Formats: sequence, structure tokens, C-alpha cells
Amino acid sequence: MANSLFEEKLNSGEFLVTTEVGPPKGADIDEMVHHVDLLKDRVDAINVTDGQSSVMRFPSLGGCLLVKERGGEPIFQMTCRDRNRIALQADLLMAYSRGITNVLCLTGDSVDVGDTKEAKPVFDLDSVQLLKMIKTMESGMDIAGNELKGTPKFCIGASVHPEADFIEPQLIKFDKKVAAGAQFLQTQGIFNLASLRRFMQYASQFDVRILAGIIVLSSAGMARYMNKNVPGIMVPQSMIDELAGVEKGKGLQKGIEIAAEFIRTIKEENLCHGVHIMAVGNENIVPEILEAAQLVKVRRRTGKRSV
Amino acid sequence: MIVAEQKNLEEIMRMIAPYERVMILGCGTCMTVCNAGGERETSFLHGALRLAQSKSGEGTHSFSEYTVKRQCDYEFLEVLDDKIDDVDTILSLGCGIGVQAIAERFPDTPVLPGVNTAFMGMAKEWGIWDERCAACGECRLEETGGICPITRCTKGILNGPCAGTKNGKCEANTDMDCAWILIYNRLERLQQLEKMRRYYPPRNFLAVARPKRVITKANTEAGENNG
Repeated sequence: MANSLFEEKLNSGEFLVTTEVGPPKGADIDEMVHHVDLLKDRVDAINVTDGQSSVMRFPSLGGCLLVKERGGEPIFQMTCRDRNRIALQADLLMAYSRGITNVLCLTGDSVDVGDTKEAKPVFDLDSVQLLKMIKTMESGMDIAGNELKGTPKFCIGASVHPEADFIEPQLIKFDKKVAAGAQFLQTQGIFNLASLRRFMQYASQFDVRILAGIIVLSSAGMARYMNKNVPGIMVPQSMIDELAGVEKGKGLQKGIEIAAEFIRTIKEENLCHGVHIMAVGNENIVPEILEAAQLVKVRRRTGKRSV
Repeated sequence: MIVAEQKNLEEIMRMIAPYERVMILGCGTCMTVCNAGGERETSFLHGALRLAQSKSGEGTHSFSEYTVKRQCDYEFLEVLDDKIDDVDTILSLGCGIGVQAIAERFPDTPVLPGVNTAFMGMAKEWGIWDERCAACGECRLEETGGICPITRCTKGILNGPCAGTKNGKCEANTDMDCAWILIYNRLERLQQLEKMRRYYPPRNFLAVARPKRVITKANTEAGENNG
């Protein structure tokens, strides 16, 4: 039996759509609640980011609880940046006990790129080790080999970077993530179909689901900023030019068009198993993208997880 | 070697303020090599402190300077025995180990750190030093082609590069090489890429539990093959 509704869908073969919400910088969660309500029935699962770009925010686990409360399917993004293996395991137990059973295992951005640069970077584990640790917990033991009272079960994923300028070392890492038990891989924001095709030729030999990461750009300036400041993002110049060419105030509309077209092609060509839409601060526009990409469907909301 | 940077003059002057007779103490080993606190820097600092005092018109410090061969061993500190009663503080230009050795050896004399000890590393080129070893207690350089990911990767991760590497550089500092790209290239050159494909479990931090102590296993009895 599947460990989550999302796992069931991963195994169903249908084209999946996930998205993400970024928790607030502060205690006011109204906007996040609004985004969750807006998206929960339109996508297969909602990722909640974990202090994205090393910026201190409301926690991922808290956001996942909220998604769960509102009737959505959360994916708990968990980075190794801020917690050692003791705290990571504790949060995983908490997550499982509240029905949060999808976990995206990430190493996490460097503390130096964030807004609290003087903090101690933890990185007790890396993403591969986090995946392995979860598998160990699923066998009824903690990472130190002590028996757990009550065994959690998860559906676990990780990220991959098909557009890296030097792909071979990234593919080795990808192999390790799959071997460590990753069931699904979300790509970093991808802007070039050719690199996705190339990556899928490689990835299709593995029994793992790939969701293409789609970042919705709102202006040429944002694209340039991301290229410069956001680890792992490489927007091609042609796309920046396309965004720069539209009249002022129409950038986001262009970004939506580009994203929708990209998603449509991926689906038509059956390039990978689904998409993960990252609207970065513009969560409101995800329904519009889905409509433009002809991906509006009523999401199945039944399903049981084994407890 | 150990690499350090001399503290700025302002901070040094703030530290020495309560003391009349200040001995500036250089170190003839690592601090000499990294230009932070050898005989030459000791002399420069001595001059700078005198100048600052005379320009400000305040302060009644008297300065002396001396450089020992090594501050981190008692035997090299013995030469200070007949000088220590004539000073109110030692401004050490040794690394953090030197400062502490002095504190232990001369329990009645306050010691002040004149440098910020930075890391263990080597010269990249003249005037530029790079960190190379984090003293993790479990050397794994055999697995990584002689390039340390714990030291040279900003995250110290063990199973390959993160997604932040670009143009072979690190996401945290684009002046610095990505350790995992260096490791990949080196292992490929040595035809040992299988070492990168292995899974490496989490580090054992018991190996760096502080405070650490190393007890030699070498036989120290005379004539028993102790080299």
C-alpha cells in the first residue's frame, strides 16, 4: 500500500503537477493560507519550501501542517542546512505523526547566499545521506541503530540539476540519490527543452519519476537576478531577450506564456512524468498557468496511506 | 601550516589600553611564513604602536619586542623567564595555540591575541593563502583524489557536488573552486571515478569531539625502533 496519496499518483502513470508555496517572513500566515486554498485542489501536491535561499522564514513543517489541515497533499521540503541528524529525525517523526509523509530531501543552499549570513551552517548530512537515513527509519531504527517505537513510512524525493554546465558529476549524484531510495526527482528550474530531453535519455533507465521544475519568470530583471544570485539557475539569454521585449508591466504575462508553452510541450512529447511549478512569490498565477497549459483537471482526493 | 591575519591596530590598542609595559611577541614558525607575526611583523607593529601613541598624545605605554622560535612549546618560551617580570602584558603574534601556551606557561601575566588565527593551509601564490585541512580527525583524502571536500566545499558534503556549482566555482564564493568539480576532474584523470560513485555515510563527529587529545602510539623507549 502506498505511503501517501502522492505516492499512489506517482505509481499511477498519470501526468503529475506539483507546485510550491513559500512560507512568510513573519507570523502572518494569511497569504499562505490563501495560496494553499487556491492551489490544493488544482495540483497533485504542494511543496512547502524550507528557508529557501537560506532566508529565515516560517518553517516548512508548519506550512505542511497547514496544507494538511486545509485538505491538500503536502510535500515536506527538508534541507540539511539548519538541523543536525538528531533534529532532522525528530522533525520527520513529527511530520509522519501528522500525516505528512512526502519528503523532498535537499542539502540546502549555502548560508552565505541568505539573509542571516553569520549563522552556523550545519550540513551534518547531505541530501543522499538524508534519503538513506529515512530508509533506515523506515526499517524501524534511528540513524544510530536504536529501535524506534512506531515506524514511520514516507514517500521520498530529491532534486537534480539537468542544466548544470558540467553534467557528469551531477549525474553521479543523481545515481546515488536513486540508489539511496529516491522515488521522485524534481529538477532545478529548467529553461531548455534540449537539456531536459538529454537528461531524460539518461534518467529513463532508472525506476524513478522525474518532475521538470518550471520557474515562472516575471521580468528580464528577475531572470538576470536569478542567474546571478540563485544557485543552480541558468536562464538562457534568448528567454531574457524575449522577456525584455514586452512592454512594461506585461513581463509576468509573458512569463506565464513561456511556462505554459514549456509545460504543454513536455506533456505532449511525454518527456517526463510531470512538472513542478515554482511561481516564486507569484503563487496566485499558478491556476492561470495550468489553464494556459491545458492542465486543468479535477484532482482525485481519495486514497489512503498505510499507517 | 597555520595561517592567521594580524588584528587591526585599533583593536590591538583597545586591548593593550589597561597595560603599561607591553611586550610584542613574535613567533618564528607559521606566523612568520604567513606574514602575520614573524620578526618582521613584530617590528612593524612595534613601530606602528609607537607612532600611534605619539600621534594621539595619549597613552603611556612602553613597548618591547621579541620573537621566539615557536610559541606553542614550553621549551621555546624559557628564554622569556628573565624578561617576564619586566612586562605587564604579552601581546602575542602567535596563533591561538601560541597565545594559550603563553597563558599556561606564565600564569601571572595577561596575554593578548594580536592575530586572528584563520585555518590550516598553504600559499596559493605570494600573499594569498588557502585553507586545506579542517582537522576532521578522519582523513578521507584517499577517497577524494587528495582534495578535501570537508575543507574546500562550503557545505562539507561527501557525496558529490550540490546544484549551486557554476563554471567550476562555488555558490557561496565565486572566487573559490567547487571542491567536487576538482575531485571529479582529479579522479577522472587518475581513472578512479568509481571512488566518487560510492556512497559515503555521514561523518563521525565523535572523531572531532572537543577537547581533543592525541596520544602517540609510537614507542618512545630508547632503542625500541622509535625512529
